[in-house]
Order: sequence, then C-alpha cells, then structure tokens
Amino acid sequence: MKFAPDPHSASMSLQDVTVELDGHMVLSNVTFDVHAGNLMGVVGPNGAGKSTLFNAIAGLLPVRQGKVTLHRVDQGGGALAYVPQRESVNWRFPVTAMDVVMMGRCCRLGWFRRPGKKDRELVNACLGRVGLWDHRSALVTELSGGERQRVFVARALAQEASVILLDEAFSGVDVGAQEGLVEVLRTLRDEGRIVLLATHDLTNLASRFDQVLCLNRHVCACGPPDQVFTSEVMEQLYGAHGLGLTLDEERQ
Amino acid sequence: MIDFLVAPLEYDFMVRALIGSVLVGVMCPLVGAYVVTRNLAFIGDALAHAVLPGMVFGFIVGINPAIAAIPTGVSVAVLIRVVSRRAGLSSDTSIGILFATMFALGLMMLAVVSTVNVAMEDLLLGEILAISPTEVYVSVGITAMVILGLFVLHHWLLFASFDPVGSQVVGARSNFVDYLLLAMLALVIVIGIQAAGIVLVMAMLVTPAATAYLLVRRFVPMMMVAAVIGTVAAVTGFYVSYYFNLPAGPAMTLVASGIFVLVVSFRRRTIA
Repeated sequence: MKFAPDPHSASMSLQDVTVELDGHMVLSNVTFDVHAGNLMGVVGPNGAGKSTLFNAIAGLLPVRQGKVTLHRVDQGGGALAYVPQRESVNWRFPVTAMDVVMMGRCCRLGWFRRPGKKDRELVNACLGRVGLWDHRSALVTELSGGERQRVFVARALAQEASVILLDEAFSGVDVGAQEGLVEVLRTLRDEGRIVLLATHDLTNLASRFDQVLCLNRHVCACGPPDQVFTSEVMEQLYGAHGLGLTLDEERQ
Repeated sequence: MIDFLVAPLEYDFMVRALIGSVLVGVMCPLVGAYVVTRNLAFIGDALAHAVLPGMVFGFIVGINPAIAAIPTGVSVAVLIRVVSRRAGLSSDTSIGILFATMFALGLMMLAVVSTVNVAMEDLLLGEILAISPTEVYVSVGITAMVILGLFVLHHWLLFASFDPVGSQVVGARSNFVDYLLLAMLALVIVIGIQAAGIVLVMAMLVTPAATAYLLVRRFVPMMMVAAVIGTVAAVTGFYVSYYFNLPAGPAMTLVASGIFVLVVSFRRRTIA
C-alpha cells in the first residue's frame, strides 16, 4: 500500500490563528508552517492550547482570525485524520481492532457503499503495517495503551490521510511502546505525510521529532529540537520551574 | 404444547398482538444496543414520555395515535441535540427540560380536552392486545425503515459511537448520523409504546441489550443476541398476558429482567 497524493510537496500553514472559547483567548496569533515529511511535536504545559490548536486545525473549533491552509494535499473529507485523547473515546463500545481501522474507510465509501474486498484488504494491510495483524480480531479494550494508539494510526492509514494529528498520544503508553509508536510515525513521515503529535512528556524529545512547536497560548518557539529548547523558551513554557529543563538535561 | 401456543392465534386480534410483540422484541433491542453502549438510556426514557402530546393530539383529531407520535418523537429527538448545542447545556439537562415539558403538555391536553376518552393506563403501560391493523402496518413500516437505516449507516454509526471526535473530523456527516440515530430511536419507541407503554418501553430498549452486552464480545453479535432475548421476552409476555389475564407490558419487562438477572449472576464485563 502506497500513499499516492503528491508526497514530499504537501504542507500545512497556520497564519495568525486566534481561537476564543467562551470569550477567553485560548490561542493567540499562532503562525507556523510544517512541510510533508516532518514529524512535529507540539509541546507545552496543561492548558497551553495544544488540543485547542488541533481542534482548530481539524475544523472542530471556529477560528476567530487567521487561517489554516493545507497545500497540495487531497482536499477530500479524509485529508486529515485525528487520533483523539484517550478520554474522548467511548471504550464501552465493543469494537475490534479491525472494526476501528475500517472506520477510516467511512469517508472514502460515502453513504451507501458497503466495504468491499479491497477495503478489507487495505484494512488488513494497515494493521500489518503497524504490527497488529495478529490482533485484528481483538477488542480494542483488550489491547495495551501503545497498541490502541497504533490501531488509531492504522485507521489514519486506511483513511489515506495526508495530515495526521495525534492528541496526547503518549498518555498511558509505556516508554517501550512509545518508541514503537514513534517508529511507525517515522515511516508515515518518510512517505510524505505531515504528522503532528501533542505531548506534555518531554522525555527524549530531541531524538523523536524533526520539528518542535513550543506552545503556551502563543508560539514560544518553533524549529528543530536542539534549537528551540533554550532556557528562555522553557521559562515561557513552564515558568520558573522550566529553567532547569534544558535539552542537555533531557538527554540525560 | 403446540395447542398451548396456537390456541390464542384463533383470533385476529391475537395474531396482530403477536406480530406487534415480535416487532417490539426485535426492534427495541436492535436500537437499544446503541442506547446501552452510548449511555443514551435517559434520552430513550425522555423520548418515550415526550411523545405523549403527539398521541393525545392523535386522539383529538382522530388520527391513529401511533402515527401522530412519530413526528413528535422525531422532532423532540432532534430538538434535544439542538438545544444542547445552542444553549451549551449538557444533554442530560436539555433532555430533562424537554422531557418534562412535553409530558406536562400531553397531560394538560388530556385535562383540557374532556371530549376525548383516553385510557391513561393503556398509554402508560401499553395494551398490545388492543393493537389495531393500522398500528401493525405502522410498526411494519417503521421496522423496515429502521432496519434499512441501521444497515446503510452501520459503519458511520460505529464510528460516531466509538470515537465521536474523530468521526466529526472526517466530515459533518457524523452529526447527521447522530440525528438519524435519535430519529430511529424515536421510531422504535413508537412501536414499543404500543406493547409496553410509555413507562415500560425503556425496559425493552435497555434490558435485552444490556444482557447481550454481557454475553457477547462484538457489537453486531450483541445486536443479534439482544433481538433474540427481546423477542423471547416479548412473546413470553404475550402468552402470559393471554393465559393469566395480566397486562402484557409488565409481563414482558419482568421476563426480560429475569433473563438479565440470570445472566448477570454469572457474567460480567470489565471495561479498561
């Protein structure tokens, strides 16, 4: 299975994106570009607006000013895939890994078409790519935190999405499984997809992402990890407690 | 044994009642599977109460109450979501307001229009033995529509039920799917009210589906098992009603509850 639409030339740009919730400014003048083939980490403390940013990009929240633009990507309903926070998923609903990945085909199937042989083959291939083919018939509730995240990534693959947003994807996932997840995301990046992952976990961040967006209601810094993690930026993100969190210390 | 089962069917009204019971037994649990897994029990109860003014209006103007209940139920189902979204209130709050308002409206209409002779007990507890040919046709029509809807929208319904946020991102359809699910819920409630009444239709929606949830792992088998349990409960209730001269709605409810108690005593499901 290959990702077709114009790999390596797509990009997403946000210009002066400002979002208000209940009259309060949650994001202010957020501007950054991310190009295909980039795995970007979005970091910041709780309440920094990471989820709000993803919701604005995904069209779930209205943007008060500014705009989000996707360049050279398939503009269909499935262009953008969203891996939600653990809390917003209805885990009581009894579905298997295969059922979840098949959900990615919804926007491609339309209203009246039922999934056919090709869809099932694609779903199996996507589960294989994230290393979960053997678990295809397992209920998602029977999978570990890392495996669940990989099921959602497989769903994004089945959706043939150009942009993948993962909100707090490391939450409830142990370090070993985080590495497995990052490996999968890197292969998607290499195919020309744009992958954004929000996290407040700074452990080993430098080695994981190509770009890092430091967010605390506004963009504190954006660029390669070894350039953005300065003591000034960490102070903007985490206040006085952030002063000790420089990149060197993280690497240790 | 066969005589025992066939004897009631010598009468046309009993045949109609049996058809009505089977339709209730199948349809309420099919949609009830979504009610149980999406925590929609309160909305189901609210819709059952909220169709009262529609039914009373039907009595007043001489339309079959089951037909008059359809637009009322569907409108309230849609209104609940609209009020929640517009007012920024929780669904429970919007449901509470609309449910009480509509039920009160129905009671006031009954009190004001004294010319209409309505057996309130039949409305509240159901009277499957009195189901008319028109009501059977309405039930069959609703059954066809809802089964078609559940089949066609199956993957969208799964997506919106499991991951509401993710499904919204891929298109505005998922909101529309939620509205359609509530409309289907309102439709099966109209069928269910004829057998179990406004108060007890909830039991046919929730209990067989909850029992099936404990017995099987996946969603589609859960729907099938729920429909079988619902049919067993509804048909047993029908015969109990005939042979012991007892109200059918409570009999169906108690059979469904008995099966649930039996299952829950040796099965349970843990949610991670």
